[in-house]
Amino acid sequence: MPSLKDLRKRINSVKKTRQITSAMRMVAAAKLRRAQADIIAARPYAIKTSEVLVSLVTRTNPDMHPLLRVREPKRAVLVVIASDRGLCGSFNQNLFRRADAFLKENRDKYEDLSLVLIGKRAGDYYKRRDVKKRATYVIGKPSYALASEISDDLIKGYVNAEYDELTIYFNEFRSAMTQIMHEDRVLPVEPMEVEDDMMNVEYLYEPSEDVLLEALLPLSLKIFMYRALLESAASEHGARMTAMESASKNAGEVIGKLNIKYNRARQAAITTELMEVVGGAEALKG
Amino acid sequence: MAEEYMQLDVVTPEKAVLSRKAFEVVAPGSMGEFGVLIGHTPFLTTLKPGQIIVRTEDRDIYIAVGGGFAEVISNRVIILAETADMAEDIKADEVKADIEQASEKLRQLGRDDPEHDKWEKRLHRAEIKLRVLENWEKSK
Repeated sequence: MPSLKDLRKRINSVKKTRQITSAMRMVAAAKLRRAQADIIAARPYAIKTSEVLVSLVTRTNPDMHPLLRVREPKRAVLVVIASDRGLCGSFNQNLFRRADAFLKENRDKYEDLSLVLIGKRAGDYYKRRDVKKRATYVIGKPSYALASEISDDLIKGYVNAEYDELTIYFNEFRSAMTQIMHEDRVLPVEPMEVEDDMMNVEYLYEPSEDVLLEALLPLSLKIFMYRALLESAASEHGARMTAMESASKNAGEVIGKLNIKYNRARQAAITTELMEVVGGAEALKG
Repeated sequence: MAEEYMQLDVVTPEKAVLSRKAFEVVAPGSMGEFGVLIGHTPFLTTLKPGQIIVRTEDRDIYIAVGGGFAEVISNRVIILAETADMAEDIKADEVKADIEQASEKLRQLGRDDPEHDKWEKRLHRAEIKLRVLENWEKSK
């Protein structure tokens, strides 16, 4: 039976924990709102770029571009977008499990598998694991500059035939409760479906269509990467919000239980004391 | 009578920078600076880092862009820029500090250093920003 003092201490410490978790929940909620706004802000650019890209692909012979060239997949690169911070439920673990499963299954299929780790958590997780790392990045605040830096290295690698296939693992934001895990093959670029009504506009191209396409294809990868970073950030905050909410709830339950225990112990102590006093008085009467 | 103004949108991956009516847009195409007036033919070009001037009814707007695309289509101009800063948002001291930092780095790094290009680009962009800011102030 713990003493009254011990119980009081525990109640206080759980209360402190609840304060922290509920503060973290609120911070995550605020950050989530901002992250969602970022996703929406990035949309017009992405939509416009893909429109331009599609209209270009219809007018050029896209087979010539190195990013469209399909090679026999011997060497693959996996990009894993995790978070910098923990305490966000199973957000990171699910992602790592999925990537690990791929690594395990395909160890024999590919000659070479390497990872690009984005987010401190991913770096930590794979630090002591037997995998080949191509690069690691810390996210901080997801920015287009970072997406651009990551993509530049990957594009260069693909063009120089350092690897033949690129897959990105990331969480897409649905709601605070649900994230959808994505496993998207981004390189080689899939030939796209062209809708007929896109063909109508006759453009003047400057410099030439080919040069424009050459500039646009890497850009579309960068945009994809940027979107993945933003989606992942929003998912992270959502996951953290949910995790902290249930942590606060659990802390509340623990406090309730401890309070009952504390009150019982207090009553028991009073009863014993009373019994002692009565017993003492009886003995004096003698 | 055709419309008097065209709709201009400047968007970067991070946000929509500007959306308004304009009667002339001058932008730094990779094949040379070009101006767009109402009734321009559909046109698509890459942009190099430089200065965009937007002439509107009440004032001229100066924007520093860091490369991208411009699309002109039926009295709509869409600028897809990797970065875009409105002149009024550019802070001279910050840009000057940036220029200094970048030139310092460039002095230290060798020409073959993988970082060299990155800093050179940064220096170039900062210089453009400063130039845009100066032009804007002169125009006031």
